Amino acid sequence: MSASVKTTTCYMCACRCGIRVHMQDGNIRYIDGNPDHPLNKGVICAKGSSGIMKQESPARLTQPLKRKEGAERGAGEFEPISWEEAFSILEKRLGKIRETDPKKFALFTGRDQMQALTGLFARQFGTPNYAAHGGFCSVNMAAGMIYTVGGSFWEFGGPDLERSKLFIMLGTAEDHHSNPLKIAISAFKRRGGRFISINPVRTGYSAIADEWVPIRPGTDGALLLALTAEVISQGLYDREFVARYTNGGQLVVTDPNAPNFGLFATDDNAEPALPEYPQNQVWWDRHTNSPVLSHTPEADPALFGNFRLPDGTQVRPAFQLLCDRVKQHTPEWAEAITGVPAATIRRLAHEMGVTARDDKIELPIAWTDCWGKEHRTVTGNPVAFHAMRGLAAHSNGFHTVRTLAVLMSLLGTIDRPGGFRHKAPFPRAIPPNAKTPTGPEGVQPGKPLAGLALGWPASPEDLFIDEDGEPVRIDKAFSWEYPLSVHGLMHTVITNAWKGDPYPIDTLFIFMANMAWNSTMNTVEVRKMLNDKGADGRYKIPFIAVCDAFQSEMTAFADLVLPDTTYLERHDVMSMLDRPISEFDGPMDAVRIPVVPPKGDCKPFQEVLIELASRLKLPAFTLPDGSRKYRDYPDFILRHETEPGSGIGFLAGWRGTDGRSAMKGEPNLEQWKRYEDNNCHFKLELPHSYQYMRNWNRGYLEWAQRVRIRRHADPILIHLYSEVLQRFRLAAQGKWPGRKPPARLASRISKYFDPLPLYYVPLETEHTDRAKFPLAAITQRPMAMYHAWDSQNAWLRQIHTHNYLFVNPETARAAGVADGGWMWVESPWGKVRCMGRYSEAVEPGTVWTWNAIGKQPGAWGLSAAANESRKGFLLNHLITDSLPGGTSNSDPVTGQAGWYDVRVRIYPAQPEEPQEVFPTFEALPRAPGTREAPKRWMAYVSGKITGK
Amino acid sequence: MSKQLALVIDLNVCVGCHACVTSCKEWNTSGLAGFLSDDNPYGRDPTGTFFNRVQTFEVGEFPNTETVHFPKSCLHCEDPPCVPVCPTGASYKRAEDGIVLVDYDKCIGCKYCSWACPYGARELDEHQKVMKKCTLCVDRITDASLPERDRKPACVLACPTSARLFGDVHDPASEVSVAIRESGGYQLMPEWGTNPANHYLPRRKTRKHIHEDELVRHDNPLKIDGQLPKPAPSDPSLDDVTSW
Amino acid sequence: MRPAWSVVIFTTIAGAGQGLFLMLVLGDAVFGLPGDLLFAGAMVALALTGVGLVSSTFHLGHPERGWRAAAMWRTSWLSREVIVLPAFMASVFFWAAGLWLDWADGVMAVLVALGVATALLLYLCTAMIYACLPFLQEWRTPLTVFNYFAIGLTTGTFVAALLSAILYPPIGVIFAMGALVIGSFAYLGRLASLARNARLRPKSSLASATGVKHPRIVQIAQGSMGGSFNTREFFHGRPREVVRGFRLAMLVLLLPVPALLLLAGGSSVAVLALALASHYSGALAERWYFFAEARHPQNLYYQAIA
Repeated sequence: MSASVKTTTCYMCACRCGIRVHMQDGNIRYIDGNPDHPLNKGVICAKGSSGIMKQESPARLTQPLKRKEGAERGAGEFEPISWEEAFSILEKRLGKIRETDPKKFALFTGRDQMQALTGLFARQFGTPNYAAHGGFCSVNMAAGMIYTVGGSFWEFGGPDLERSKLFIMLGTAEDHHSNPLKIAISAFKRRGGRFISINPVRTGYSAIADEWVPIRPGTDGALLLALTAEVISQGLYDREFVARYTNGGQLVVTDPNAPNFGLFATDDNAEPALPEYPQNQVWWDRHTNSPVLSHTPEADPALFGNFRLPDGTQVRPAFQLLCDRVKQHTPEWAEAITGVPAATIRRLAHEMGVTARDDKIELPIAWTDCWGKEHRTVTGNPVAFHAMRGLAAHSNGFHTVRTLAVLMSLLGTIDRPGGFRHKAPFPRAIPPNAKTPTGPEGVQPGKPLAGLALGWPASPEDLFIDEDGEPVRIDKAFSWEYPLSVHGLMHTVITNAWKGDPYPIDTLFIFMANMAWNSTMNTVEVRKMLNDKGADGRYKIPFIAVCDAFQSEMTAFADLVLPDTTYLERHDVMSMLDRPISEFDGPMDAVRIPVVPPKGDCKPFQEVLIELASRLKLPAFTLPDGSRKYRDYPDFILRHETEPGSGIGFLAGWRGTDGRSAMKGEPNLEQWKRYEDNNCHFKLELPHSYQYMRNWNRGYLEWAQRVRIRRHADPILIHLYSEVLQRFRLAAQGKWPGRKPPARLASRISKYFDPLPLYYVPLETEHTDRAKFPLAAITQRPMAMYHAWDSQNAWLRQIHTHNYLFVNPETARAAGVADGGWMWVESPWGKVRCMGRYSEAVEPGTVWTWNAIGKQPGAWGLSAAANESRKGFLLNHLITDSLPGGTSNSDPVTGQAGWYDVRVRIYPAQPEEPQEVFPTFEALPRAPGTREAPKRWMAYVSGKITGK
Repeated sequence: MSKQLALVIDLNVCVGCHACVTSCKEWNTSGLAGFLSDDNPYGRDPTGTFFNRVQTFEVGEFPNTETVHFPKSCLHCEDPPCVPVCPTGASYKRAEDGIVLVDYDKCIGCKYCSWACPYGARELDEHQKVMKKCTLCVDRITDASLPERDRKPACVLACPTSARLFGDVHDPASEVSVAIRESGGYQLMPEWGTNPANHYLPRRKTRKHIHEDELVRHDNPLKIDGQLPKPAPSDPSLDDVTSW
Repeated sequence: MRPAWSVVIFTTIAGAGQGLFLMLVLGDAVFGLPGDLLFAGAMVALALTGVGLVSSTFHLGHPERGWRAAAMWRTSWLSREVIVLPAFMASVFFWAAGLWLDWADGVMAVLVALGVATALLLYLCTAMIYACLPFLQEWRTPLTVFNYFAIGLTTGTFVAALLSAILYPPIGVIFAMGALVIGSFAYLGRLASLARNARLRPKSSLASATGVKHPRIVQIAQGSMGGSFNTREFFHGRPREVVRGFRLAMLVLLLPVPALLLLAGGSSVAVLALALASHYSGALAERWYFFAEARHPQNLYYQAIA
């Protein structure tokens, strides 16, 4: 027997822990956490410990497949083909598209930690129609925070629980950064920290909170506004922080007739420094009682007041406008909306404010701010927050998240010890520099896209629209409908392509996204659309290619299926260009290195892209003589630079010919080896003086500029007041000199592009008869199954093999629903028969279930009788992707899918009804190349499976 | 006193992630205790042999609900009722470290020991037909070829919240003994006198009390901006009504 | 607990074998029974215990290792049973051989003594397997020993009655009456244990099982959804009506029906056979219910899935 240990990086969820794969005679004996990895420090989760069962899944695809001639999409009937045939089909089809109209090719990917490569491929191809699943997942969390503080939660930043005293978690999804957060929450609690969870449901991390504050879904914005109001009215905000590090002291023009109404007054004698990020705003100096340039030494801005500039312009500090906004939002107002008692709201505000103020942290770390002021210490207000999908996945989520960022800022907790801390490459400018093309001319046959497919608009001029103001992208991202849709709108792609609105496409290429099942808002309709033909008898979406490692509901709808590898079979990077694994104290990236050979003929998606890019002769993948530039993906990673000679590549560690440069440097052909020798990761710990206050930390910002993390070294002032939003609002009101929205969208833009934090009832809720559909319906992900695909995992599916609708007993009894009984849950858009389970851990106005446990019979290598398809259900059937009037059921600012907004009612199923979920679907046949699953039993011993 | 190895499970930090469940399965199916079979692995009602399960309980009524995640495995009783009932001697408690084990070569699969365990800690493997249970990863913790750090049960190493402590509960200075002593460690079903070696640590609450007079401080920022209410000189005062 | 038919059959049928032997010996001592009846009875007793023995092996995962079960007689009632059962069978076998070969009275007396002792011991061992488990409160009572003894003896008496009715009718009536008398004691004993168990308060609760001191604790998930050994072994999984049905069958068939048959129909072979069938069905129901009514404290941990 030969035993060995290989290290790589887990990919059973988005957390990306270091793992050790213990091999025995070439087989996997077991997988555990790598104790020498800084992220997870040796621990591992339920999923990571079940990687073997993913590797051995009978749903593994091992051959490229072509839909059988004459078989309908969705029937799952395929014939195996060679890779050569698969590539030549794609090469021919995509080559023709690229030479004629590149936007007819749409590439959308489920997982979003490969965007550096997928994005590059799409851009080089020349299509604007590219995004990952962020629009469906949590773009509001990214946009709401990045447009406010220049960073966000999950891979971009997080709560510094090591030094925090009070931790408030709102509506958190637990699937990002999960193990590090678990480690941190545990240590935090053991140090005596106080943990408050605000969530309609008490599960997971919330279970161990010191206090659970149940709240109605979609109303967190109201709670946060009331908390903000209370913090301000009690004077519990950090004035020094607000004055110096936010735009709260800067003066906003309040004369409605002024051309720059609602924008910051500027000192035109002062240089703006950077035109796109001007720094010549004005303060009203408290000491001299006169206007001064923002951040004038010795000056201190008035935060309150109503002033008149020498030229007669009426101005008010942004903070004053914020106060005016939140004043009306009393705890009593919020109680009626949220269900949280006013007294609790006040107490929470006081706890936050008093802890921030009285438990100050002072670290003996000297640093210098951007305006040259030297600080002898780094101070922190130890109140930390964390939030995710629960706030984000509502159509009012952008403003909710922005309000949270504002509250965090008022408490003085941004990039300070004990508060919120950034992770490299954050903080970014507000908004970040990345931009899409601004018009259809950015898309040209045979040419790369003239910009990025996804970007961060700063004004209407950055939108990606045609001269009529209509979208260029298939998902209508960066159009007036969803101007700040920085992660795209994956959830609209199929509907739009089917409708041909804004235009029909030819090829839809999906990677690892189950859009025919749980990764879509209206499953039943989408499945029809995927299979729908026009009058000419041809599919409305002419060609669908899907790359996935497993046979899923989505692969059944593909014309061409490309078998991907698992994470244990491939090279991969978690790049600084994408979503690295950085920690608070410095940049960190990681790699995967194969530990076992690919199963059958499967091929990593990365290799597929490199091969396709080479065949299509995309410039970045092609030598001047037209030959291919990169042998394969590992070679690409080593030698690719963002621009010739830029020194910036996918991996930040051991760059330079001598391997001594970090972040930037010439390619190093030993790089993979160095990562392999270093437990598959690279970490650059920043000097202590660069670890805090990075929005305004001169040393850090100049370093970041030197290593090209950022283009400029300008300070990133927190946007309590969002001028970006005001620009769009001005355009809607006809007061903006540039682009204007189409008339049908003007009032929508005007309403939702409010420069100040805003609460409104989610759009779908507003459209629903709430007397008829009194309950909110939401989902959560169980920790042992963060991803839908784990139902194929023989160990994990024993933990969650079907799901129940959790209902507060009071609500259930009133509806006549029995504990464990069959019941109906119905929304205006659809209904589902499922089983109910009483739970005291859900607020009475909410019902919820575990997400995506339900499966189509026969999918994922499960037998047609599996619980997943007989008792497991999807809540998606209740959700609509469009609202009356035709707009997407999405946040009007960011396009985030509002899939937590659905309203439902419940009633018992009749005794004569079948005891089975509704709707049900036809069973899928087993795809060629997949292994026959052991029917009766099995046992795994070091790579050998016994059983029958 | 002899050694008694045990787990101490801290319910105060367990988030119910099931890491201990599958890491245990993963280690043990290919280990000394293996295999751990699964029935209907891809079919209806999948079920298999596990040494450790995480259960969930709800305590109290809305809104005062506590959700308790509760990992449960063999408690390695000091007076294990499962051992004396075993007719073959397959079930035994190791003298040197107090681990309760099953000798699979002697076990006849009569299940009597499982009846004699009030905790439901034992599971018969349906395909090896012998009784199985948590071994505290005896093949890890005693394997001198492993680095010292790795000589712990798989669940303990996996647990992301370090809710599982492992050590000798007879050594008053051990981490587990200190935790039991200082954090209110308790045994399950003490009414049966089994004296489980494994202990559980209860939920502990951190609260913050703010005295009313702590809310507003002299340096309240509203003062700086003149926002704390200051009466206008024209507001009525005693000066207006009396002359003493 | 989930009643395992292998154990239900074993305990009832072996109990009958022991009872039959005891009654034959007793009958012989009091009335002097013909040798062929004794011999036939011994054969039947051997057959019954043999069938029981075979049946019991179906309960084992590894019957081929069954011999190992004799090892722990110092601590395990099961181990003791495993020793005493063959000892009883051997005693009966040799006693039968002695009857056949006409061994000396002294030897036969020793064999009878051995047989009686092992039969009684076997009742004790079998019953103590259940009665010794402290947390199965339904079983933790001397009534368990009494019932195993009394019911086994009753069944044995019915068998003796039937056998006698065939081979030596005069004694058949006596055995039949004896069966009703002993059966009445058994019936009373079982009623007593039913009454006792109805009043039992489980010592364990979710509060003691989890250590959370709260009167309202509800399980939401037991950690696996497709069942486990714990749900298969410790729950009968039958609807309440079925369990009640078994209890009713026990209460009706165990004694009242045989008594009515015998009192109304006399002691013909046919009636006795019917009475025995009824009684044995009742005994099976009794044993099934014995397992089903026992609530194992581990069940507290296996209440719900989600």
